[in-house]
Amino acid sequence: MSNKKIKKLTPTQQEYKKFAKDRVPKRPVLLNSIRAFIAGGIICTIGQGLQWMFMTYFGFTEITAGNPTVAVLIIISVLLTGFGVYDHIAQWAGAGTAVPVTGFANTVASAAIEHRTEGYVLGVGGNMFKLAGSVIAYGVFSAFVVALIKITIKALGGI
Amino acid sequence: MLKGHQTWVFDTKPVIRASAAVGGPFEAKGALADDFDILHEDVWLGQDSFEKAEKKMLEQACEKAIDKAGMKKEDVQFFLSGDLMNQIISSSFAARTLGRPYLGLFGACSSSMEGLALAALIVNSKAAENALAAASSHNVAAEKQFRYPTEYGSQKPPTAQWTVTGAGAALVSQKGEGPRVTSATIGRVIDMGLSDPFNMGAAMAPAAVDTIQTHLRDLNRDPNYYDLIATGDLGSIGHEITGDLLDKHGIKIPPEIFTDCGILIYKKEQPVLAGGSGCGCSATVAYGHFLNRMRKGELKRLLIVATGALMSPISYQQKETIPCIAHAVSIEM
Repeated sequence: MSNKKIKKLTPTQQEYKKFAKDRVPKRPVLLNSIRAFIAGGIICTIGQGLQWMFMTYFGFTEITAGNPTVAVLIIISVLLTGFGVYDHIAQWAGAGTAVPVTGFANTVASAAIEHRTEGYVLGVGGNMFKLAGSVIAYGVFSAFVVALIKITIKALGGI
Repeated sequence: MLKGHQTWVFDTKPVIRASAAVGGPFEAKGALADDFDILHEDVWLGQDSFEKAEKKMLEQACEKAIDKAGMKKEDVQFFLSGDLMNQIISSSFAARTLGRPYLGLFGACSSSMEGLALAALIVNSKAAENALAAASSHNVAAEKQFRYPTEYGSQKPPTAQWTVTGAGAALVSQKGEGPRVTSATIGRVIDMGLSDPFNMGAAMAPAAVDTIQTHLRDLNRDPNYYDLIATGDLGSIGHEITGDLLDKHGIKIPPEIFTDCGILIYKKEQPVLAGGSGCGCSATVAYGHFLNRMRKGELKRLLIVATGALMSPISYQQKETIPCIAHAVSIEM
């Protein structure tokens, strides 16, 4: 059987899909968006505060302050993951905790913790990037494509 | 024996001589905590992995059931068990400890009633004097295998369910006192084309409906014959769909005798979204709560319909829909 055939549902299946859909509560999209906005905003505000701190007290410039700021946020996120708090915050905050760099730290740390029982090499090492791996792979690839486009435009006499 | 198309009627009415339920910390805070024989404070159970913790829980449930029946493990001729782990390791490893002839089962979350139905069949046909049926699931071990790491911060939809950390075992015998297994309906695999693993209740509902309908038709029974009809782990959303679907098919089950183990096991304020799920859900609620109520005389006739979603993480990633099954076992006092 081809994939298309499997995807094609019989009329009874389609009818049931509708029947079930009418009875399934919708995700509260608006509420989730508001929560994500608040949580994401708070994380970014903390980040901004950290950057300001590094610039004011530790002599970093606006550009160089980025690295220690991100590092601090990652450490906080990993600690919260380890203490088992991050997933509870995320259930409330949704995309608010998933999108910033803290979410990325959480994917790596949670997978590493989960597979500790399978040993440090095959468990932690092998599974650490189980979720984050695709972000890295496609992130690097899209950066490469964007760089190519930029170079091409430049070579053609663009901006 | 075989009545209608899919139903076994057990003429010797095998007895559930004893049963046991073991639960984890989250179940200890749940609505049915009093019906568990052993409750653990720690999801690790002092083991160094969650998989070992699940095995330990299953072993404890089996030992406790044998102990409560006043028997030794040598008296058990056959051990039938199922769980959710890959290659049903919890069951097989517990069988290694138990050292009795073993049949491993996989029916996803329906394994609990699959085991009880087969144990009753074995005992009824005099192929054994005593058979032990068991099933288990572990919240963290199941999440790890089927979904994301436990500590991963993803937002779950309102249809998601909470896998029960628990194990249940029932000792089925030719002789003795206790609730009796009178009939069992073996379900067909039903796939209504749903594919969302965070909405198993809706996927499994048609399987439950099919099995309930077949059971009643095969035995020519009215739903009111039973004091209680309980589905395994449909959760609040799947349960509602099942009720509506049965209505549509012309089967009216009064709401006061129709319930779901996944709804009963936790308190309303526990953050389980749609309710409990997993082999451990139907196993602990049936072998703990329901059988206790039967022994107290609160229930006389009970039908448990354990539902299972027969998917794997790989089949889901390959965009397959979720095939589901349900097995019904009737227990009477």
